[in-house]
Amino acid sequence: MPNTTRPSRFQEQVLAGVADIGGALNRELPINRPTIYVYEAPVRLWHWVNALAIVVLAVTGYFIGSPLPTLSGEASDHFLMGYIRFTHFSAGYVLAIGFVMRFLWIFWGNIHSRQLFYLPIWSRKWWSGVRQELRWYMFLEKEPRKYIGHNPLAHIFMVLMAMSITVGMICTGFALYSQGEGIDSWQAKAFGWVFRLFPNSQDVHTWHHMGMWVIITFVIIHIYAAIREDIMSRQTMISTMISGERQFRDDRED
Amino acid sequence: MGVATETFYDVIRRQGISRRSFVKFCSLTAASLGLSPFAATQMAHALETKPRVPVIWMHGLECTCCSESFIRSAHPLVKDVILSMISLDYDDTIMAAAGHQAEAILEETKEKYKGQYILAVEGNPPLNEDGMYCIDGGKPFVEKLKYMAADASAVVAWGACASWGCVQAAKPNPTHAVPIDKVILDKPIIKVPGCPPIAEVMTGVITYITTFGRLPDLDRQGRPKMFYSQRIHDKCYRRGHFDAGQFVEAWDDEGARKGYCLYKMGCKGPTTYNACSTVRWNNGVSFPIQSGHGCIGCSEDGFWDKESFYDRLTTINQFGVEANADRIGGAVAGVVLAGVAVHAGVTAVKRLSTKRDE
Repeated sequence: MPNTTRPSRFQEQVLAGVADIGGALNRELPINRPTIYVYEAPVRLWHWVNALAIVVLAVTGYFIGSPLPTLSGEASDHFLMGYIRFTHFSAGYVLAIGFVMRFLWIFWGNIHSRQLFYLPIWSRKWWSGVRQELRWYMFLEKEPRKYIGHNPLAHIFMVLMAMSITVGMICTGFALYSQGEGIDSWQAKAFGWVFRLFPNSQDVHTWHHMGMWVIITFVIIHIYAAIREDIMSRQTMISTMISGERQFRDDRED
Repeated sequence: MGVATETFYDVIRRQGISRRSFVKFCSLTAASLGLSPFAATQMAHALETKPRVPVIWMHGLECTCCSESFIRSAHPLVKDVILSMISLDYDDTIMAAAGHQAEAILEETKEKYKGQYILAVEGNPPLNEDGMYCIDGGKPFVEKLKYMAADASAVVAWGACASWGCVQAAKPNPTHAVPIDKVILDKPIIKVPGCPPIAEVMTGVITYITTFGRLPDLDRQGRPKMFYSQRIHDKCYRRGHFDAGQFVEAWDDEGARKGYCLYKMGCKGPTTYNACSTVRWNNGVSFPIQSGHGCIGCSEDGFWDKESFYDRLTTINQFGVEANADRIGGAVAGVVLAGVAVHAGVTAVKRLSTKRDE
């Protein structure tokens, strides 16, 4: 595994503690360090803000498609649908702005921050990783390989099912939002092309709704895989998205 | 029909319409087009001085509901005005001439007003069997349409048929009926969709073209912005109930009697661009939602193939399964969830057994 990250002060101290016995510091450092800082603070912040936005969007979006039971009394006494839609649109803005910021972060962030925005389909090693990971999930491998960022299978899954769908949801979402804002709005100018693909906006509603289910499916698999890998794999998963540090459980090579 | 060199004003004065009524018409039309008060003067001037525009009105596969709507414009004067304003040289449904005499007018207009006349098309051409599903004057309609479009200055697509295809183009579309912009490729086309379009929208469009000598601003889909830039939902008088969360849940419930929002009954107002909720129908008397029925989205592309008019969530036909987004998405999510549970179970068993082996 390529590893260019220098050991942190903390790691050096820990290693120094270990080294008291065998004088390890004088030897070559092991190729696989026990922990590596992978997800920088903005990436982690984005992950959790995005997760929260998705929950809010899915719940409010569902109730926009299938509204709550009707309310009685004067129309002026209530604004339920208005609040639900407002919440949906606000969360939509949070998701969209977050997405743009997250994209921009690839220009400042570390190498791992770029992983979500491309698939290294030209790399033979990567494809072998995909095969190995697939076999691991089909219970055909004894143990998975170690990866600093996403493993190749997770990488495919992230790019195709999370990032692409998010882009699709942002485009269809803003296109639908532009219907209320009017054809002179910037939303209509920027996202009106969606109605070239689907001239009847009813279809855009339908696909936007299907997108929600794709994301829900993603969330199910994502959470399962995170927990499973946290327990089964050779590295930390869940705590990595909280502290940013990825800890490896062994220092063997692949 | 009149000689096309006289002005519109000449014609209506000859018909005994007062100048006062004429000016009133101009103001009314300018207002309905969303133009400034000065436009009324401009309009009056244009109608007094410009020669009338020859219009050829052709009928393909259609039901004539556009014509029926057109001759029922709200302002009692409007239909007379419009019919005199344009020199309606050919309209096989309402013209006096018939047979060879009528067909001769087409030739004459095409020659005499080359590049000047407006071609208004109601209905659309079927393309299967070389267009034999719609024969007009002994020829396939599609040929006649292309022939007349070749020398027109602009083309007006009346209604959902000419604009989108409508019911004759519904799946599986045995005659292969297509909207006219699939066969007329080199002319500006203005789409005035609706099944039928609102009478005032039709007359407004014609007045605009006659007055200003050009097509009005069109949106991305080729519809005049002045009438199709907002949804029924945006100007619906029941919108307050929508925002409040007050819906009709069944056709005979309390909400239906109180005039709550028809969103849950599948009203297509939120996805339909038209002027029904502002202009309304039949002299501004009412429109579908006001009569207690949801909008069916008749001015939208493909409205005829979107399954029930009474479902909020569109039925999706995929792989022979008919279901809406929630049922399909819910099923997929359910299957994945079950798969995850099984996978987790196998993982646990496998881990326990390997632990024991060690």
